[in-house]
Amino acid sequence: MDSKPDPILSCSEVWKLFGRNAQQFLKENNNVTDDMLSENGLIGAVRDASIEVDEGEIFIIMGLSGSGKSTLLRCLARLIEPTSGQVMFEGENLLNHSEKQMIQIRRHKMGMVFQHFALMPHLTVLGNVAFPLEVQGIDRSERENRALEVIELVGLQGRESYYPRELSGGQQQRVGIARSLSVEPKIWFLDEPFSALDPLIRREMQDEFLRIQSVLNKTIVFITHDFNEAVRLADRIAIMKDGAIIQIGTPEELVINPADDYVEEFTNDLSRAKVLSAKTVMSEPEPDAQVGGRVSSSAKIQDLAEELIKSELPFHVVDKNDNVIGKLTRDAVVDVLVKQP
Amino acid sequence: MNSTVGLSSRHKFAYTWPLAWGVAFAVVAFIWIGGDLWQWAVKAPKELTWKVEALGSCTSVRLCVTGFFKFMVSNEAYIFPWTFKEFTRFVAACIEFPYQIIRSFLASGFTIPLSGGESWQSPPISWLGLTVVLTAVAYRLRDWKLALMVFLCVAYLAVFGNWESAAITLSSIAVAVPIGIVFGALIGILGYRYEKFERAITPILDLMQTVPIFAYLVPVLFLFGFGPVSAVAATVIYAMPPMVRITMLALKTVPLEIKEFGKMVGCTKRQMTWRVLIPAAAPGLMVGVNQVIMLSLNMVIIASMIGAGGLGFDVLASLRRQAIGDGLEAGIAITLIAIVLDRLTQAWASRSPAPHHETKPTLLQRHKNLMLALLILVGTTAISFVAPFFAQWPEQFEISTGQFWNDLIKWININFFDELEAVKVFLLLNVLKPVKAFLLALPWPGVLLFLALAGLQLGGIRLAILVVSCASFILITGQWTKAMITVYLCGISVVIAAMIGITIGVIASRYPVLKRSVLVFIDTLQTLPSFVYLLPVVMLFRVGDFSAMVAVVLYALPPAVRYTLYGIQQISPSLIEAAKTSGCTKRQLLTKVQFRLAWPEIMLGVNQTVMFALSMLVITALVGTRDLGQEVYIALTKADTGRGLVAGLSVAFIAIITDRLISAAAKKRKQALGL
Ligand SMILES: Nc1ncnc2c1ncn2[C@@H]1O[C@H](COP(=O)(O)OP(=O)(O)OP(=O)(O)O)[C@@H](O)[C@H]1O
Ligand SMILES: [Mg+2]
Repeated sequence: MDSKPDPILSCSEVWKLFGRNAQQFLKENNNVTDDMLSENGLIGAVRDASIEVDEGEIFIIMGLSGSGKSTLLRCLARLIEPTSGQVMFEGENLLNHSEKQMIQIRRHKMGMVFQHFALMPHLTVLGNVAFPLEVQGIDRSERENRALEVIELVGLQGRESYYPRELSGGQQQRVGIARSLSVEPKIWFLDEPFSALDPLIRREMQDEFLRIQSVLNKTIVFITHDFNEAVRLADRIAIMKDGAIIQIGTPEELVINPADDYVEEFTNDLSRAKVLSAKTVMSEPEPDAQVGGRVSSSAKIQDLAEELIKSELPFHVVDKNDNVIGKLTRDAVVDVLVKQP
Repeated sequence: MNSTVGLSSRHKFAYTWPLAWGVAFAVVAFIWIGGDLWQWAVKAPKELTWKVEALGSCTSVRLCVTGFFKFMVSNEAYIFPWTFKEFTRFVAACIEFPYQIIRSFLASGFTIPLSGGESWQSPPISWLGLTVVLTAVAYRLRDWKLALMVFLCVAYLAVFGNWESAAITLSSIAVAVPIGIVFGALIGILGYRYEKFERAITPILDLMQTVPIFAYLVPVLFLFGFGPVSAVAATVIYAMPPMVRITMLALKTVPLEIKEFGKMVGCTKRQMTWRVLIPAAAPGLMVGVNQVIMLSLNMVIIASMIGAGGLGFDVLASLRRQAIGDGLEAGIAITLIAIVLDRLTQAWASRSPAPHHETKPTLLQRHKNLMLALLILVGTTAISFVAPFFAQWPEQFEISTGQFWNDLIKWININFFDELEAVKVFLLLNVLKPVKAFLLALPWPGVLLFLALAGLQLGGIRLAILVVSCASFILITGQWTKAMITVYLCGISVVIAAMIGITIGVIASRYPVLKRSVLVFIDTLQTLPSFVYLLPVVMLFRVGDFSAMVAVVLYALPPAVRYTLYGIQQISPSLIEAAKTSGCTKRQLLTKVQFRLAWPEIMLGVNQTVMFALSMLVITALVGTRDLGQEVYIALTKADTGRGLVAGLSVAFIAIITDRLISAAAKKRKQALGL
């Protein structure tokens, strides 16, 4: 196997305990349990979390409310100081940086989108989007040109001189997205960016997000508590519960191999056909059998279903190099479709 | 006794407090009866003095304070790199300069010296122009209703002949308000940034808001001398604390996400404060701005005691002349200015958003309205050279209600003198005198004992220590007798105000129509400057304790009404329904349910009544009471800093004692009710 490139952002054994003398407590105790925490009046917001985010991937952290997602994200951006552990960004430990260095890193390499938009009410769309550049001291015409570009990217052209209160929720979050992109960040944090929007707009914004990502190819850490959203957007998903990371994997891996009941609970609500690919459902290859056609091994069953069900014959499953690696039968597909909850 | 042995410990505990109080009463009664034997305890002690070589003339608390201020204005106290005196001169100049300019614009006009020893006097801004512009501003900010209101208020000033005084008052307000806002906000920002600083200033802010305003005047007068500078300084000191508090609060309540956003885009500390936090906290800060304006206007009359002039001076002067009409008119003028400024700032804070513009406006377009306003002001002022009407509302058309009020009072005095006098004498003989005599006869160790017990019972050892040390301060500074007179006047007024207020509150809570008019009425009472209450009272009852009491009762009534109303209304309707279904009569409902549940709120209302009463009581020194207020007033006329501050602090300590005890009682009661 070829060696994997180093992850751009990673953290290992990160703990965040809220309460007094948390650091002391962690030093003195090794196997921390719930009881020990509550005895000491501590809240275990993040417990022993380790993740690695690769360049260009959409990494989603998901879990129920209060499971510590936001806290972990804020540890990654060092908005809050982890109680212990380390956070590596581009090969350096963020936690060793001085305040000044952090300001530089945040100014040029990080962008964040907030759940409730966090727009400045006294600035126009243009003013808001240009704000991060203004903070850097970039002069007016340059920053406004740059801001206009991103405003166009998120589809808000013509609204530059509106104030946030004159925009709908979806439009406001577009401003939030444009603003976080105006500095061309290396890493893009999004904390439940669509949770405050109603379902229809949320879908629209997810599409928009995917479109923008297809243009920009950013490294993304995205938080959500909606598994459907996670599955739509994610390359990989980390599932959190009570501060700990239970499982990390592609959506498909989570569906096939849930680590425990908690993860399975999430996957139950899901249309499996959307997640499972031909590769997972195929059976042993029969290179000589008569087939109705060829399908890519990474194609989702949902997209193949119509074609396959119409056909009497099985299909060849082929890999990237067009080698036949398996066979997909109608029965197998129907099985996936029918097993839906 | 043997029978108590079998009781549970809880029962034994239940007898502890009555027993303790019983013992305390017995001790006090004992001292009282054996009065001659215990001279030291029955007679209020003299001021505590000491003689220490090293301290020089600092032989009592009072003289130490005086000495301290004398030292400060001598040439020996340094605030690097200046002497303190140079520093105060610098501050004075910073106030004086803008004040003179604004005053020239609004009131007196500029005097420009010409060659040959002559000079040319420019007129002040035309009243007509200012009226038009303010009305237009109101219209632009809100609607024609606000415009009409502003127009009527401003026109009142001209028509009733208060224009010039109002302009002078406005000049000092115009200097004091920005200073109060800026420094208040800066201190607030520091408090927000540094927790230690916040912890240090919070008790100071608390104290500043309980020390009677009068007490500030003495040191300010000492440092800056009689004149508008002192007046502005005192106004700033009085109006600033709420701005500090509101700034800290507004910054703290900026949404966390906004703060995180600021950090994420890499703001430095300074950018974070000025670019992110302050703009995001702007609506909250506007509340502070409004508060500063309102409090500055509260100060107008008092500030005129140290040289503010203007409307405040008019009120004071008419109080001395007992010209009720003139005083009322000037008092109302102050209220109207307050209302106009209040509504205008509120309208400005909540103005509808400027619509987004597609094209970039030119400078002229953007400031079109401003230009127009300037044009009107300059134009009308220029015309006022030739047309006297533009310079001043013609004197022959001035309205004065002075005669009417004087006649009214005269009529009442002629026709109802006996009745009024009978009421006054009855109350004086049967209530005021005995209570006063009783309080003055109370031995001071007994009072301390009672306070300690009350503190212990209501809030524990810390509260007990606090109230006893506050009382001890009054004792050792030799003000016991005067403090007792303050307590007596305040106590009686509060009892009367609370009885009337609670009754009104209860009745009004039953009838929505009545409730609305009661609220309007107490709102009006509260906007009138406190001095205005004194005028009719003095004219009807002449100077003395009784007049003071009536004025205090009137002034302290609103909070009692308000809190009672609120307390009864916030009882959950389901409780009332439950009581009704279990067969309560209306009377039972009131006494058994509503009153009990509303009791904590009512106590807080009484607490507020006490605070209001104390602040008014100091002012009634002007009508001849012999309490701590008089001490402050005398100190003011003599510019005796030590005396004034010590007496002022004593009033503050009385306020603190009652406030802490009543709040603790209300809290306890609330817990007992499980609210
Ligand atoms: N500043 C804080 N002080 C104390 N406890 C905190 C603090 N911030 C978060 N917590 C606790 O840490 C836990 C995790 O919080 P966190 O906000 O990270 O959850 P979340 O997964 O983002 O939830 P949500 O989906 O509601 O945003 C919660 O139990 C929360 O109460
Ligand atoms: Mg969260």
